Amino acid sequence: MAYAATAGRVPERGLDVYTQKVGMWVFLCSEVMFFAGLIGSYVVLRFGAADTWAEPGAVLNVRVTAFNTFLLICSSVTMVKAFAAAQAGDQRGIQIYLLGTTILGATFLGVQVYEYTELVLHQSWQGSHGFTPAAGLYGATFFTMTGFHGFHVLLGVICLAWATIRAWRGHWGADNTHGIEVLGLYWHFVDLVWIILFTIVYLI
Amino acid sequence: MATIVAEATGQAILHEEHEQSFLRKYIFSTDHKVIAIQFLIYTLFFLMIGGLLAMLMRYQIAWPARGQLPLGGIFPESMVASGYILPEFYNALVTMHGSVMVFLAIMPMLVGVWANYLIPLQLGTHDMAFPRLNMLSFWLMVPAGILTLASFFVIGGAAGAGWTLYAPLSARPDLSGVGLGQIMWLAALVFIGLSSILGSVNYITTTINLRAPGMTWMRMPLTIWSLFITAILALLAMPVLSAAGIMLVFDQTIGTSFFLPEGGGQPLLWQHLFWFFGHPEVYILILPAMGFTSEILSAGSRKPVFGYKAMVLALVSIAFLGFIVWGHHMFQSGMNPMLGLTFTVSTLFIAVPSAIKTFNWMGTMWRGNLQLHTAMLFAIGFVAMFAIGGLSGVFMASTPVDIYIHDTYFIVAHIHYVLFGGSLFALFGAIYFWYPKMFGRMMDETMGKIHFWLTFVFFNLVFFPMHGVGMVGMMRRIYDSTGYAHLQGIEDSNALITWAAFGLFASGFLFAFNFFWSLKKGRKAEANPWNATTLEWQTPSPPKHGNWEEVPVVYHGPHEYSHPDVEDKDWLAQNERPDVVSPAAGSH
Amino acid sequence: MDWALPPNYSTFGVVIDQLFWIILVITGIAFLLVEGGILWFCIKYRGREGAKAHYTHGSNRMEIIWTVIPAIIIAILGAYSALVWDDIKGSSNRPADALEFLVVGKQFEWNITYPGMDRTLGTEDDFTVRNQFHFPVNEDVTILLESEDVIHSFFIPELRVKQDAVPGMTIPVWFDATQTGNFEIACAELCGLGHYYMMASVTVHSAADFDAWQASQAPAAAQ
Ligand code: HEM
Ligand SMILES: [Cu+2]
Ligand SMILES: [Cu+2]
Repeated sequence: MAYAATAGRVPERGLDVYTQKVGMWVFLCSEVMFFAGLIGSYVVLRFGAADTWAEPGAVLNVRVTAFNTFLLICSSVTMVKAFAAAQAGDQRGIQIYLLGTTILGATFLGVQVYEYTELVLHQSWQGSHGFTPAAGLYGATFFTMTGFHGFHVLLGVICLAWATIRAWRGHWGADNTHGIEVLGLYWHFVDLVWIILFTIVYLI
Repeated sequence: MATIVAEATGQAILHEEHEQSFLRKYIFSTDHKVIAIQFLIYTLFFLMIGGLLAMLMRYQIAWPARGQLPLGGIFPESMVASGYILPEFYNALVTMHGSVMVFLAIMPMLVGVWANYLIPLQLGTHDMAFPRLNMLSFWLMVPAGILTLASFFVIGGAAGAGWTLYAPLSARPDLSGVGLGQIMWLAALVFIGLSSILGSVNYITTTINLRAPGMTWMRMPLTIWSLFITAILALLAMPVLSAAGIMLVFDQTIGTSFFLPEGGGQPLLWQHLFWFFGHPEVYILILPAMGFTSEILSAGSRKPVFGYKAMVLALVSIAFLGFIVWGHHMFQSGMNPMLGLTFTVSTLFIAVPSAIKTFNWMGTMWRGNLQLHTAMLFAIGFVAMFAIGGLSGVFMASTPVDIYIHDTYFIVAHIHYVLFGGSLFALFGAIYFWYPKMFGRMMDETMGKIHFWLTFVFFNLVFFPMHGVGMVGMMRRIYDSTGYAHLQGIEDSNALITWAAFGLFASGFLFAFNFFWSLKKGRKAEANPWNATTLEWQTPSPPKHGNWEEVPVVYHGPHEYSHPDVEDKDWLAQNERPDVVSPAAGSH
Repeated sequence: MDWALPPNYSTFGVVIDQLFWIILVITGIAFLLVEGGILWFCIKYRGREGAKAHYTHGSNRMEIIWTVIPAIIIAILGAYSALVWDDIKGSSNRPADALEFLVVGKQFEWNITYPGMDRTLGTEDDFTVRNQFHFPVNEDVTILLESEDVIHSFFIPELRVKQDAVPGMTIPVWFDATQTGNFEIACAELCGLGHYYMMASVTVHSAADFDAWQASQAPAAAQ
C-alpha cells in the first residue's frame, strides 16, 4: 500500500452532528447503564423474594403517580415545542414553553415529595408504621429507583430554570438552538426512564 | 458540515494565546496538556502510596511472628501495636493497596494522563471537545484521593473487605469492624466513577467528531483506538459500579438489605454487579497499555505495526466480549455451575484476541531495526510479561483447575503479571517515550536503563514465586500463613518475595529521581526525538496552548516507518504532503 | 523451596491435577516460544547504523494461522474442562446415596453437624462439633454448605475442594477421599479479622473407625 495512493482523498471529519449533541448521546449511554444496573437488580431481587412485594396499589398511590406521569409526558411535549419555537426564532414561544417545561418538572418533583412524605408518615407496611427505605426489599428498591430518578429530574429542572432565564434575556434563537436541543435530549431520556419505572414499580 | 467548520474556527479563537493568571494556567486549567500533567503527578503519588501499603503487607507475610516493624512507632496503636501489624490493619492494607492501585494509580494514569494528553495531539485537534468537563474530571479525583487517605485515620480504620467489596462483609460494620472507612471509600468510588464517566464522554466525543481532516478511522494510531475503546468500556461499566456502590452504602447506613440475606437480599447479586463492572475494568486497565506498546514497538522497531487491522479488530472484540465474561470470577461463588459453563465458553473466546495481539507485537519486531532505548525496553518487557499473565489465565479459565487455585496466590501472581508486568511496564514505557513531548526535555537514558533492569528482575523475583506458593495452596488476603499444616515450607519463598519487593519499591525511587531531575537537567528535546510518525511529534516539544498553528492535514497511515519509496529517512509523518516528500512515491 | 501441589487424596483431584499438568505443558511450550522469540528478535534485529527495517503491514496468512491455532487448542482445553467440570459439579452427577454432613461457617469457625449412626441428617441423633470434620474414606460424601454471617470459602487443599459458603444459601459439595489421613479446612475467602485462623481439622477414617468415632461422640453431644 503506497502512501501516495491514499493522498488527495476527501478529508473525513466526524459525524455530521455537532459536538454537544454527540456528547449528550454518549453521556446518555452511560445513564442507560446506571438505570440498567438499578432496574436489573430490582428484577433479580424481586424474582428472588417475590413474597415481600405488595400488590400493585396496595401501598403505593398509583392514582397520584399516574397524574404525575401525565405531567412529565406533557413536559416532554412542551420541550419539543420549545425547540420548535427556537428553530423558528419565536422568542415568545421559547420563553413560554421553556417556562412551562420547568414548571411541569418542578410540579412533578413536588408531587414526588408529597408522595414520599405520605408513605413515610402515614402508610403502614407489614404491620408497622411508615413505609421507608428500610421496609424490606420493596421499600428499598422503590425509594432507590424513584429517588435517583427524582434526582435526575431535579438536575433537569435546574438546567431548565437556567435556560428559561436565558430565554428571557433573548439568548436563544434560530441561530442558537443547540443548548435547547441538548437539554431536550436529556429531558426526554428522563421522561422515558420514568415511564419504565412507573410500569415496573407501580403497575406490575 | 457548516457547523463543524464554525466549531473549528470558534475553537481557534478560543485558544489564541492570551495572558492567563497562574491559577487559570496551572491549577484550574482547561488545557488538556496541563490536565494530563496534573493527572500524572496525582497518579504517581498514589502509585507510591499503593506501593508503600504493599511493603507493609509483605513485611507481615514474610515475618508474621517477628513484630519489630521498622518505624512501627509512627503508626497509631490501632494499626501497629508494639511493632506488630494488627490483623485489622492488614485487612485495610490488602484492601486499600488493591483499591488505590486500581482506581487511583493505574486507571487514571492510563486514561486520565494519556487519553488527555494524546487524544487531541494525535488526532490533530486543539483540545478536547469539552475542556471544562475535562477540568472537572480531574478535580473530582481530588476529593476521592482525600477521602481515601483520610479513611485510614477514622475510627475502625480504612475499608477492609477487599477491593472487591464482597457483601455482606462490606455492608455490615458489626461483622467487619469497619464502618465509616468503608463508607468513605464507597464515596470516593462514586467520585471516581463520575470523573471517569465525564472523561469518557470527552474522549469518545473528541475521537468521533474532532479528528483532523484526513484522519480516517483506519488512520488513527493504535493508542487512540485503544483509548477510544477503553472510554467506551468505562462509560458503560462505571455507572453499574456506581449504582451497586450506592446500594451498598444504603445497606450500611439506612437499613436497606439489597445484599443482606436477612432482609431477603442476595450477596451474590453484589458479585454479579461488581464483576459486570469488574471484568470490563480489567480491560480498561490493559487496553491503553496495549495501545502504547504497539506504538512504541513500531517506532522502536522502525516498522509499521504488524497487522494493524487485526489489532483494531482484536480491540473491538475484546470490548464486546468483555461484557459477557464476568462470571469467570465467580466459578466457586455458589453461582449455578451450569452458568459457569457458559462463562467458560465466553472466557475462552476472549483469550484469542489477546493471543493475536501478542503475536502481532512479535511480528512488529520481526526483521525490524530495533532501537533498544528505555521506552522500547519497557514495551518489550510488557509483551514478555503480559504473555505470562495471559498464559496463567488459561489455568483459571479451566474451571476444574480453578477450583484449586481460586483465591490463592496463583491469582495474585496472575493479577500482577497483567497489571504490573503489563499495565505498569507499558506506563513506564509511555512516560519515557512521551516525556520529551510533555516537558521538552529527555529523561536520562542511563538511569532509565538501570531502572528498567532493576524493575524487570525484581518484578519477576516478586511475582513468579507467587505462582509457586499459590500451587502449594497459600490463600490470598491472609495475615499469617504459618499456622497451616499444608503451608509449612514456604517461609523461604515468602521471605525472598518480600526482599525482592523491597528492591522493586526502591527502584521506583530511581525512576522518581530521574523524572524530577530531568525536568531541570535533562537534555533539551527536539520536536521529534524518536523520528516518529504520529501527529504529536510534528509540533514543538512541548506543544503550545492550542497545539497547532494550523490544523494538520493527514495523508498517511499512523505507523509508516521504513517505507521503501522514502529514501532520505526511515519514517513518514502522517501529515507530510506526498508531493513534497518524494516524487517516486506515485509509482505504487 | 518446594513449589508443588500438595499430595492429592480425592478422586476428583486426580483429574484436576492431570488437567493442571496438561495446561502447564501447553502453556509452558507457548511460554518458551514467545519468550524465546522475543529474546531472539532482540538479539538478531537489534539496531545497526544504516540498517533499514523490512517494510510490511502484516500478512493475512500469519494472522489466520495465529488466530486459528490458539483457538483450536483453547477450544479443546475448554471442551475437556467443561466435561470434567460437569463431572465434578454438575447437579445431575451428585451422588444419590452419599453420606451427608451440614457444614456451617461463621466468624471464625466451622461447625459440622453429623448425621449420627442412622446416617441421615435431620434426625434425633444428629450432633454438632466445632472445628472438627471427620468422615469415612472411599465413600461419597456430600456436605451442605452454609454460612451464618459473611461469605467464607470451604477449602481442603489435599482433596482439591473449594466452595464459597454464602449466607442465605445451602450449597451441596461432594467428594470422595481415597486415603485416610489428617488435613485442615482452610477459609479461602476474606471474612474479617480472624480470616487467617479460621481453620478446622479434617480426619479421614476407615469406615469402621468413623462409626466408632461417631459412636464415641454421640452420647457426649446428646447430653
Ligand atoms: C510494588 C509492587 C507490588 C507488590 C509487592 C504487591 C503485592 C501485593 C500483595 C502482597 C497483595 C495481596 C495478596 C493477597 O493477600 O490477596 C496484592 C494484591 C493486589 N495488588 Fe499488588 N503489589 C504491587 C503492585 C501492584 C500494582 C502496580 C497493581 C496495579 C493495579 C496491583 C494490584 C493489586 C490488586 C488489584 C490486588 C488485589 C487486592 C485484593 O485482593 O483486594 N499491585 N499485591
Ligand atoms: Cu475477568
Ligand atoms: Cu475467611
